[in-house]
This record gives sequence, C-alpha cells and structure tokens, in this order.
Amino acid sequence: MNRGRIRGVIAGMQPFLARDLCVTPIDATIDPTRPVERAIITHGHADHARAGHGAVLATPDTIAIMQERYGANCAGSFQPLDFGVPLTVDDVTITFFPAGHILGSAQVLLEHKGMRIVDTGDYKRLHDRTAQPFELVQCDLLVTEATFGLPVFQHPKPQDEIARLLASLAAYPERAHVVGCYALGKAQRVIALIRDAGYDRPIYLHGAMLRLCALYEARGIALGDLRPATEASKADLAGQIVIAPPSAIKDRWSRRLPDPVLAVASGWMSVKQRAKQSGVELPLVISDHCDWGELNQSIVETGASRIWVTHGREDALVYQCQKLGLDAEPLNILAYEDAEEGEN
Amino acid sequence: MRDFAQLLELLALTPSRNRKLEALVHYLRATPDPERGLALAILTGAISFKNVKPAILRDVVEREVDPHLFRLSYDYVGDLGETIALIWPHHDATEPLPSLTELIELFTITPKPKLPALIASLLTRAAINERWALVKIATGALRIGLSARLAKTALAEFGGKPLQDIEEVWNGVSPPYAELFAWLEDKAERPDIDHAARFHPLMLSNPIDEAKDFERLDPADFAAEWKWDGIRVQLIASRGQVSLFSRTGDDIAPAFPDITENIFGDGVLDGELLVGESFEPAPFNDLQQRLNRKVANPKHLTQYPAFIRVYDMLFDGPEDIRALLWTERRARLEAWFARHRQTRVDLSPVLSFGSWEQLGEMRRQGAAEHGHEGVMLKLRSAPYLPGRPKGLWFKWKRDPNLVDAVLMYAQRGHGRRSSYYSDFTFGAWKGNEVVPIGKAYFGFTDEELRELDRWVRNHTVKAFGPVREVEKALVFEVAFDSAQSSRRHKSGIALRFPRINRIRWDKPAQEAATLDEMQVFL
Repeated sequence: MNRGRIRGVIAGMQPFLARDLCVTPIDATIDPTRPVERAIITHGHADHARAGHGAVLATPDTIAIMQERYGANCAGSFQPLDFGVPLTVDDVTITFFPAGHILGSAQVLLEHKGMRIVDTGDYKRLHDRTAQPFELVQCDLLVTEATFGLPVFQHPKPQDEIARLLASLAAYPERAHVVGCYALGKAQRVIALIRDAGYDRPIYLHGAMLRLCALYEARGIALGDLRPATEASKADLAGQIVIAPPSAIKDRWSRRLPDPVLAVASGWMSVKQRAKQSGVELPLVISDHCDWGELNQSIVETGASRIWVTHGREDALVYQCQKLGLDAEPLNILAYEDAEEGEN
Repeated sequence: MRDFAQLLELLALTPSRNRKLEALVHYLRATPDPERGLALAILTGAISFKNVKPAILRDVVEREVDPHLFRLSYDYVGDLGETIALIWPHHDATEPLPSLTELIELFTITPKPKLPALIASLLTRAAINERWALVKIATGALRIGLSARLAKTALAEFGGKPLQDIEEVWNGVSPPYAELFAWLEDKAERPDIDHAARFHPLMLSNPIDEAKDFERLDPADFAAEWKWDGIRVQLIASRGQVSLFSRTGDDIAPAFPDITENIFGDGVLDGELLVGESFEPAPFNDLQQRLNRKVANPKHLTQYPAFIRVYDMLFDGPEDIRALLWTERRARLEAWFARHRQTRVDLSPVLSFGSWEQLGEMRRQGAAEHGHEGVMLKLRSAPYLPGRPKGLWFKWKRDPNLVDAVLMYAQRGHGRRSSYYSDFTFGAWKGNEVVPIGKAYFGFTDEELRELDRWVRNHTVKAFGPVREVEKALVFEVAFDSAQSSRRHKSGIALRFPRINRIRWDKPAQEAATLDEMQVFL
C-alpha cells in the first residue's frame, strides 16, 4: 500500500541492470548478442538465444529448444529453472514468469536490495495453447519489447485470420495453400489454431519445421497429423495446407506445389502495401507479440515508474510512456534489429 | 460494402490477372443494381467526391490520435489511407456499414462541416478490411493495380459480348450503368449513344515478316508513313466537346489541355501524341514527363508542349467513314485539314516509294538521321477495322541495335516466375568496373530461364534483399530500339525497350561492350 512512496525512493536509485542488459552484481547478461560467461536466455529465437555462451540459465523448454537447434553442447553448461521458482545468486534473486510468446518463453524478474526489475523478453497476452500463458509481474523498472510499438498495430483475433485461410481453401480446392511461418513458435501456433478451428486433415511441413514440431509434441502440445511435404506428390498437395518458412515459399522449394496461394502469418501482414510488395496473396495477421494496446496496458499494469524500451519501434512507445509521466528511454541494442522481421 | 471490401482486397493482393477477372465477374453476377454499377465506377475512377479529401480524413484522425504518433506511424506505413485505416482506435462493428449506394449518397450530399463526424462514425462501425476500403473510396486513390481495360474485359466476360462492343459503348454510359448491365444481361437493346462522341476501338498493325511478306505484296497497293515514337491516341471533337483517349480507351484529356482547348472542327481522328516545339517531335523521354498524370503540370505545358500527328480519320464531322477505303479516308482527312486550320494537330505525311528496296533504304536513313522508329504500311483499299486484322496494316520497325552486355544483378520475377531469377540488370565496362545500362525480363525461352536461374544461384556474390549480385562473367546480347542519355543512371545511358536477344554462354565477359562504345547509339 505504501509502494508508491517506496518506488519514489527507488526511482532515484541506480538500477543494477546495465543498458546492455548485464545484471552487474552477478555479471550475467540477458539475451546477450555476443558469447558471454553467464547468460540468462528468455526464449529460443535466434536473436535472443545464441550458441557459444559459458553457462546458460533458462527454462527447461528453452534449453531443449536451444539444444535442438544448436546441438547439445551449444553452451558450456545449462541450468534449468522452472517458472515461479526463485533462484538466488549472491544477493540477486532471479525468477522466471511465463511471457506467452512461444513454448518456454520467460520474463525475467530480478530482485536486488528491494528493487524489482522485469525484462519481458518477447511477449504476448492473447491465449495461445502452444505457450505458457503470460503472467503480469509488478516491478519498479520494466524493460519492454516494442516490436509492434506503433498505434497502427492492432492485431485482429487470430481465429478470424484462420477462418480466412480455411475459407480460401474452400474457395480454391485445387490450389495448395502454403503458409509462411517462422519455424519456431509461429508454425506450431498456426497449426494449433488450425486444429482448434476443427480442421483435422493432414498438414504438410517443410523440412525446417519437422524437428521443432516433434519437439513441441514431445513436450505435450498436440498438433495432429503432420507429414513432410517432400514425401507428397504434387497432386496430393492440391487443396492442402503446407507450412513453410517465409524464405522457402518464394523460392525453388515452392515449385513442388500445385498453383499455390501464398499466405504469410505475421504481425507485419496488417500493412497491405507490404504484403503486396512481398507477393503475399493471403496475408494472415497472426502475431506472437503484443500489439500497441497490449503494450500500453502492460506498461501501466506493472506499476513500473521507469521504462526501458528495446527491440523494435522504440520512439513511439518511449513518447507514449513520457506522455503518461513515466521515465522512459530507448535502449537501442543494435544486434536485435537485424533479425527484426524474421520471428514475429 | 462487406463484399466490395473483400473484392477490393482480392484485387489488390492477387497477382494473377485471370483470378482478378474471375473475382470481378463473380461480384457483378452476385450484386444487384445499382450497387454493382457504383462499384464499377469506383474501380474505374469514374466517381469522385467534391468535399471528401485526404486532408479531411487526416483531420478526423488527428482528433482521435496523437499527431506525433500519427506521424511516426505514417512514416512507417508509407500510405496515408492505409495508415488511417490501421490506426483508427474505435471499433464498434455492431451495426453494418451502409451499402455503397447509400455511402456514395452520403458522401455527395453531406455538407462539408458535417463530413468529419460522418467519416468518424463510419470508421468506427467498419471492420478492418472495410475501413481500408472506406478510406480508399473516400480519397479516390485506389492504387490497387486495376486497369480500365481489365474492368471492361470483365464486363465482356460477364455479358458474353466481344470486348470491342464494350469499348464502343463504354464512354457513352455513366454510373450506375443500369442500361449497360441490362444490355449485357440481354434484357435490353444496346445503349443508344452519340456515336461521334465516344471512343472507338483502334485498328492495329501486324509486324511485317521480311522474308515472306515482301515477295507476295505489291508496293503499289500500299501507302507508307513514318512510324512515330509517341503514344497512339484517338481525338474526338463533337459539338464543342473535345475528348482524348489512349489506345486502351483511357480518357487522358485532363492531362492535355494544350491540345483539347485548341481543336477546330468536328471529327474522330487517329494519330500519335508527341511533344515538341513547332511540330518537331522531341525524344520519347520528354513525352514521358507528361504521361500518367491526372492533370497537366503547368510548367510542363510550356516545357513540353504536346501535339498530335494525325494519320487517319474515323468520323468526318458526325459522319462515320470507317467503311471507306484508306485512299478515300485520306482524302477526307486532307480536306478536313484544309477546312480547319489547326495549331496542335498536323498531318502525318505519306511517303512516296517505288519498291520495297527503296522503302527499306528510306527506313534505314530515317532511323539513322531522324531516329524514326520505322515505317507503317497501309493497304490503300482497306476500310478502318477495329482490332488487329491480318494483311491490312503492317509495321516495319527499324533493325534493333545490339550490344553485348554483362549480367550484373538478378531478381526474382512475379506470378508464375516468382521462384525464378528472371529480371536481369546488365552493364557495360567503364575501365575495370561494370556499370548498369539496362534491365530486361524477356527474350529467352522457358528452358533458358531455368538455365539462367541455375547460373544465377551458382554465381551469386552478394544478396541485397531480393536482389542478387552475380559474378561479372555472363554475356547477354541485348537488343534495343534506341538509347538516350539519362541522368538517372550511373552509366549516363538508358536503353529503350531492351530485351535479351541471345545468351552468349561462349563469350568472355572481358569482350563485352564498353561505355565508350555505347556512345555511338546516342
């Protein structure tokens, strides 16, 4: 009840997190862009989880994903930490909370001398049965992503987008429908959404999807009848759904498909001009990040007085936080920008 | 409105022309009058609203959204209409939007001060796709890549009528086109319209086959004219009204007031639109400054004055003379010019020649000395027939220029070719580096395309997004119609109508053309 006053005191204090997300008292970095001795990894996407660190602290799902992608020995050692279980290292306490972004994705709560810092990693608040559901965590300093940090991003209901895919499938029963999805997270979520819409025919997969879908299934997320697209004949694929990475749908790989409808599932697909430029015929606005409204809602609800904005369109969100009277600044961590449009 | 929004989205995102057609025809079948006619009018740009302007939409949005955030968003999205559709923060789609018919009525009759409130309430009631369609309708900037020709083709398919018949009627009917649809559905006669005042499909030529045609054709049967390097137009003057149409029937009059305000006498004329002082044609580049504009840029009116070089006549005053022979029409045309002094149209001269060899020599000289594109041959005894009838009109283009150029970049094509590297940029040597001189998409067979695709993938040195830079090792023999100096290109040269003539798998890249050697084409 007196948090406001306590916060006021804390707001003036130097945070124990550096701007490159290094937790200074214990010299461990969150999602480091270069190999480090001690890394805390929020989730398995390539721009957050890299190979070559010394010791890695992450959720068991994230560790499994990293080992699947980069090999069992992609870090010196792994320490799994379950959601909600505090781990104290020296005088810093680390707790993971679900971020709802992909399987195993975590927000990191750091506590040190009474100050609470949360790094959201990538996160979303919409229901997604392929990821542990987001939990809101109160804090003093919030490090938030801003992938869709512009008010033009107002994600529609994913179920409605899947309904559009199924309607197109019904309208063009002779054409394969290839959905471009990032191989980790988006692919499994889209498959789960298709299944939940009542579609139980086989779904065909590009080779890049196979192992990660198997990993999801092995960890208890049912995805139904999945088959490798390479083993089906061109005729078999007429009127079927095929899931492939966006890079493959416009490449030689797609020549095996009969007269394909090119769909891409991504938050970026809301901008029609962009979809058109990239030759996407059926843009599906399905995002694993918060939209503008959810980002704003989360910032307010965490109660944080100080906001660091990273990973995306920082300018608009920083401006918006300042309008709300919060102390906000962009982090400008460079290496994040490169992978920007790959995994959303 | 929901169906129209869906149609609009499909038209914007479907690369296939056939599928666009299919969707249009389906919409016209499924939609009643006057809704479908108004949809057609919106798609072809035949409707605009005096008071509904982008600035009003912007004001409406900035009342609801922080202007700074709006600006950041607009920078990101890049399209005002789309930014407005995406950023609108209020959503209450419980009550459906009005029909197109009601919407157009609302936009037309609502007084200016009440428009912002109307637009705001419509945006709030719309689902996201409809919001996008609504903004497109309101601003009149559809930008969905639909040509008037495609719309007319859809009408032809819808009604099971030849495209020519649609074009005959199109410019005489107006939204919501009830009489047009009644005719297409065989419920009424063809609409009766002022025949002298609308677009008439053009008569087109076939390329001459030098090896076969000259043997069997008698030069005495043919008239010859220069082939002018402009764009084909139809000029219609009737009872004080002057219209100007492109060869596909698009109305381009508003962009050429310098012509339409200076026509004396009535008739329907066929000719070439050119720019230049005192009827001296300037390069096509100059003409291009005046094309694809809704209205003329005042500066261009003096810098690039337009004129029309006329070579045929379809109506002499109100009289349809298309059934007359070319010789008779030419006599009518010359008499018309003698009757009406003109300042912005002149007569394309008829060339006199005795033999094909002699005309060939004139053609060669014309190309070398005046940059003429070639010559046209017209059968003296032919009536004016729409379409591309065989054996009546021929074009005999000048020989293309050829240059050996080095492949530099490749980009994937569109549609059927979207997985192949099929768009090629090639260049010429400038010292030790190759600088780009042009781009070509065709001139090779499907088999060659597959080989080129493989070659590009195996010789890529760098990738910039969709573009691959390749080793400077493959030579194309590029054919082109002409070369012009250009400030936009690093090489200082722009090629007209380049195409790949041969792939020189055998030729070492070092032996390809240098920029210095290219100067002779300028």
